[in-house]
Amino acid sequence: MSADTWQQVVFWILAVAMTGAALRVVTSRNVIHAALYLVGTLMAAAALYVLLLAEFIAWVQVLVYVGAIVVLMLFGLMLTRAPIGRAQKLDNSQRPLAAVCALAVFVVSSWIMIDAFEDQEIALSDAAGTTTRSVGEVIFSEFVLPFEVVSVLLLAALVGAVVIARRD
Amino acid sequence: MPVSYFLVLSALLFSIGIYGVLARQNAVMVLLSVELMLNSANINLIAFSAMLGEAGVPGQVFALFVIAVAAAEVGIGLAIVILIFRNRQTVDVDELSLMKW
Repeated sequence: MSADTWQQVVFWILAVAMTGAALRVVTSRNVIHAALYLVGTLMAAAALYVLLLAEFIAWVQVLVYVGAIVVLMLFGLMLTRAPIGRAQKLDNSQRPLAAVCALAVFVVSSWIMIDAFEDQEIALSDAAGTTTRSVGEVIFSEFVLPFEVVSVLLLAALVGAVVIARRD
Repeated sequence: MPVSYFLVLSALLFSIGIYGVLARQNAVMVLLSVELMLNSANINLIAFSAMLGEAGVPGQVFALFVIAVAAAEVGIGLAIVILIFRNRQTVDVDELSLMKW
């Protein structure tokens, strides 16, 4: 099998895994299970980034998203007394309308994207281009101002979270 | 590999996230669904960055910024949810309707 066929096989496996885990995130009756299914989705996304030759982003995704954000969510679930085990009522009354809205968004956006990009290919077999070195060079030469602004944003978020959530 | 595969996958993830934001009752579940939507945007960015090759490195840089902003947003969002729980003993979004008409 050629490399392109292998890439398609891996892509389909990852896509099915990611979509199944995402569906279980939004339909699971157990909130802790939903957070853990999100871990599955994020890991599949990281594997997808490796497939797209973005290893640095894949690793940052695993470290920051899975390693920090999901852990933070689990702490939030614990501190807000989330129901352990199956919950009685975990979805609000807007479920049918939400399903219709989500389906409409999916149909419209996928139609637009297929219509705009239907014959453009990603040349993954060229194995060219972007390495961590080039990502670093672009960040610190062309995007150094957004980089500094993001660090100020993270500082503001940190201070703000402490101020909001402290006991007084 | 056609780039539209990745775009449709990201649209699917985005719409699943929208369903989660609109239909879930626990406020932390809503934040989880927002993370799904941010990840779908990231998949889109990285797919286009791979399509453009050498000129697509800013796509990966923006994906990094999206991850950083998502981390900041989750921190603040959970702090707010914890404060709401401390004041009202519930994080049920149906019951947080004080500002409704």
